[in-house]
Amino acid sequence: MKFQRDNWWRYGMRVVVCAVLIFDAKLSCAQTKNPYAGDAKVAKIGESQFRANCAFCHGLGARGGGRGPDLTRTPKKHGDSDAEIFGTINNGVPGTAMPPNGATQQGVGMTEEEIWQVVTYIRSVERKSNVVGNAAHGKELFYGLAACGTCHMVKGKGGRLGPDLTGAAAARSTDYLTESLRNPSKRLAQGISEAMKEFSQEYETANVTAADGTKYQGVVLNEDAFTVQILDTREILHLWEKSSLKSFEKTRQSLMPVYDEKALPEKDLQDLLAFLAASVAGGGK
Amino acid sequence: MKIPAAIVGAVALCLGGAANAQVTAERLLNASKEPQNWLMYNGDYAGHRYSTLEQIGVNNARGLVPKWAYQTMAGGKFETTPLVVDGILYGTGQDERAFALDAKTGRPIWQYQRALPRDIRPCCGRVNRGLAILGDKLFMGTLDAHVIALDTKTGAIVWDVTAVDYTKGYSFTLAPLVIKNLVLVGVSGGEYGIRGFIDAYDAATGERKWRFYTIPGKGEPGNETWEGESWKIGGSPAWITGTFDPETNTTFWTTGNPSPSNRGIGRAGDNLYADSLLALDPDTGKLKWYFQFTQHDEHDYDATQVPVMIDDGDKKLIAQANRNGFFYVIDRATGKLVLATNYAKVSWSKEKDANGRPIPAKEGSPTLEGNRVCPGAAGATNWMSPTYDPQTKLFYVTAREQCDVFSTAPQPYDAGHAYYGSAYFPNEDAEPFYGALRALDLKTGKPVWEWKHVSPTWSGVLSTAGGIVFTGDAEGNFIALDAKSGKALWHFQCGASVYSSPMTYLVDGKQFVVVAAGSTLFGFGLQ
Repeated sequence: MKFQRDNWWRYGMRVVVCAVLIFDAKLSCAQTKNPYAGDAKVAKIGESQFRANCAFCHGLGARGGGRGPDLTRTPKKHGDSDAEIFGTINNGVPGTAMPPNGATQQGVGMTEEEIWQVVTYIRSVERKSNVVGNAAHGKELFYGLAACGTCHMVKGKGGRLGPDLTGAAAARSTDYLTESLRNPSKRLAQGISEAMKEFSQEYETANVTAADGTKYQGVVLNEDAFTVQILDTREILHLWEKSSLKSFEKTRQSLMPVYDEKALPEKDLQDLLAFLAASVAGGGK
Repeated sequence: MKIPAAIVGAVALCLGGAANAQVTAERLLNASKEPQNWLMYNGDYAGHRYSTLEQIGVNNARGLVPKWAYQTMAGGKFETTPLVVDGILYGTGQDERAFALDAKTGRPIWQYQRALPRDIRPCCGRVNRGLAILGDKLFMGTLDAHVIALDTKTGAIVWDVTAVDYTKGYSFTLAPLVIKNLVLVGVSGGEYGIRGFIDAYDAATGERKWRFYTIPGKGEPGNETWEGESWKIGGSPAWITGTFDPETNTTFWTTGNPSPSNRGIGRAGDNLYADSLLALDPDTGKLKWYFQFTQHDEHDYDATQVPVMIDDGDKKLIAQANRNGFFYVIDRATGKLVLATNYAKVSWSKEKDANGRPIPAKEGSPTLEGNRVCPGAAGATNWMSPTYDPQTKLFYVTAREQCDVFSTAPQPYDAGHAYYGSAYFPNEDAEPFYGALRALDLKTGKPVWEWKHVSPTWSGVLSTAGGIVFTGDAEGNFIALDAKSGKALWHFQCGASVYSSPMTYLVDGKQFVVVAAGSTLFGFGLQ
C-alpha cells in the first residue's frame, strides 16, 4: 500500500493500523469502514471520481441510465453497508455488466481512497424510496389484467420473452421502469453481456423467413456477424446461420405493447412498481 | 511485390539453422523482403501491416483452420501483435507477460512475467501490445515505466532501466521500435496529467540516448500554446509505435490528448504537440517538423494511430485515419497537408483553415450537463492498426460510428491520480452504435466498401498479397475478407472479443495467420 498524495499525514493513522493488522497486502482492514463517512467535502471529490469512472452507466447524479442502476435508491441490491458498496465497486458484480474496479473501458481505475470518496458521494445523493403503490394489487395486475406475466418472470413465475423482472426495481430507476411501460421502444432492455464485449445485446425484435418459407417473430437473444439466436413469440429457441435464412430483419420496435394512461392508469402503474419493488426486498442479496 | 511461397520457403530453408540467425538493423530495414518473418509491430518500417505472402488466398481461404492455440490464462485485453523470427514467435500478454513459442506448433520455449508493483497506474487495463527485436535481445516497455531487454533464447532480463516515475501516472504499453542501434518508446499516461515524451535507448546497454518531450519546455517554441503552467501536466503521451523513413532518416511518431482530456479551461491555446504527427531525427531526437491534427482538443481525440508511409508515384506521403474522424494525407518531407476528409460521422469540426485543416467548432466544447459530439470518446478509430495494401491501393481502417455526450467539470491535479476534467456518456440515440471495416480510396479518403460489424471492434487489420484483409470483431469472430470487394471468405469464432491487430508469417513452407482474442493466441493455417 502506498499513498501518493502530499498530504499523506491525513491517512497516516490508517496506514499504521493497517500495517499492524495486515501483512498480505489485501487491505481488508481498510475496506470495512469508510474513513470519510458523512464528509461533504469528500463527497464533492467523490462526485468528480464518479463522473469519470461510474457515470457512463450510472448516469450523472447517480440517477441510473439504461445501463446501470439508479444508485440514489436504497437499499442497494448487492449490499447496503459502506463496506459492501466498496466491495461492489472494487470487485464488480459477477453475472452483470458491473466490472471490477479498473477493468473497464471507462475510467482509469480508482485507488482505495478514491473508492471511499465515491462511496461517500453515493451516500450523499441517496433518497428514500418513492414507491407508493399497492404491491398486492400490482401482483394481481401483473399476472392478470395487465398480462405482464405473459412475457416476464418474477421469482420464477411468468413468461420468457421479455427480461426477468425479479430485482428490476433495484437495478433500474423508477423513471426508467415507467418509461419502459409507457414507451417501451424508446430504450430497449439489455440482454446478454459477454465478457470483454463493450455493448450488451438489446431486446431487439426480429422478423425472420426461414429457408422453407416459414415466418417467425421473436427477440434477439444474441447475434454476431454470421449467426443469430432468437426466442420466438411461442418461446421456441432458434439458432440460425444468417446465410441459411431467406430474410432476417431487425427492428427497434419492441414486441412489448405500449401501456399508456388508458391501458394502465397511473394508480395501477404505481401498484405494478410497488409489486416489482416488493420482489426485491429481502431477496436481492 | 508478390513472392511465390515456394521461393520464400526455399529462402527460409537456405538460411539453414535459421533459428540462430541474428536480427540485424539491416534485416529490419528490409523487413518486407523476408515475409516469412514478422520483424516489428506493424510488419515493416512503413507501417503497412501488409505481407507479400499469398499461399492463403481468396480461393482457398475457406480452408483455414486453427493449427494451434496458446493460452496466457490471464484476464483483460490481449493486445499483442507477436513477432516471428525464423520459426520462433515472440509475444506479450496481459499483466506484463512475454513468451517465445515454436511458431509451427505453438509450444512455449520460455515465459516471462514481470512482478509489477501494486500501485501501477495503467489507464486502460494491464495491457501490452508487443516487442521489438535486435540481435539476441527483445525489448519491452512495462506498466511500471521501465524499458527492459530480454534474451531471445531464454527470456532472461539482460538490462532493465527506469524511464520515469510510474507513481506519477506514467506507463508503457506500446511495442518499441528499433532503429539502427536504438530502441524507441513513447509513454502512456494522458489520463494522469503527465508530460509526455519519446525516448531512445542504446539497444546494447539500455543507456538513454535522447528524450524528446512532446510538450515544449519554458522558452522553447510551442510552449506559448499552453496557458500558464499547464504545459507541465499537459499530457500528450505517445503510446503507439512510430514508423521510419530510412531515405530521409526520419522517424514519425504520433501523440495523444492534452490533459485534462475533457476540459480546455485552464490550458488555453493550441496545446502543442498534443494530437500531433512528429517528424524526428532518430539519431538525436531533434524535431524536423510537426503537424497538429486537433488543436486544443477537448474530446480525447488522441492522434495515436499508426502514421502509415505511402509512396504514390513520386509523392512521399503519410496517411492517417485519425481518431477525430478525419483521414489525413500529409507530405512526409514537409509536413504540409495534402488531404483531410472525414471517413466517419464528425460534428466537432465544421470548417477548415486556409491550409485545409479541420478546426474545432466552439459549440463542440463539453459543458457541465453534457454536449453531444461525434465521434464519441472512443473515437472514429483508435489504436488498432490499419493496413495499406499496395495491390488494391486501399487503406483499410477499423471505424466506429458512435457519438457521445461530453461533460466537463473542474478537477484538481493530483500527481498520479486521474485527471480528465470529467467524463462522457452514451447519448440517447435511437440507433445503436456500430463499427465497420472501411476500405478508403487513398486519393479521396472515401470508402470504396465497408464491412459492417454488429458492434464496434478493437481489432486491427492485416492485408496480404493473397488478396485478403483479416480482421476481428467484438463478437469474437476472426474474419477473412476479399480485399477488393469486402465479401467474407471465412470466419472463425474465437470465443472472445478481438483486441489486437493480426499478423502473418511462414514456417516450413506453410503460411500462418495469428490473432489474439480473450486469453488465447490463435495460429491459423490451411487444412
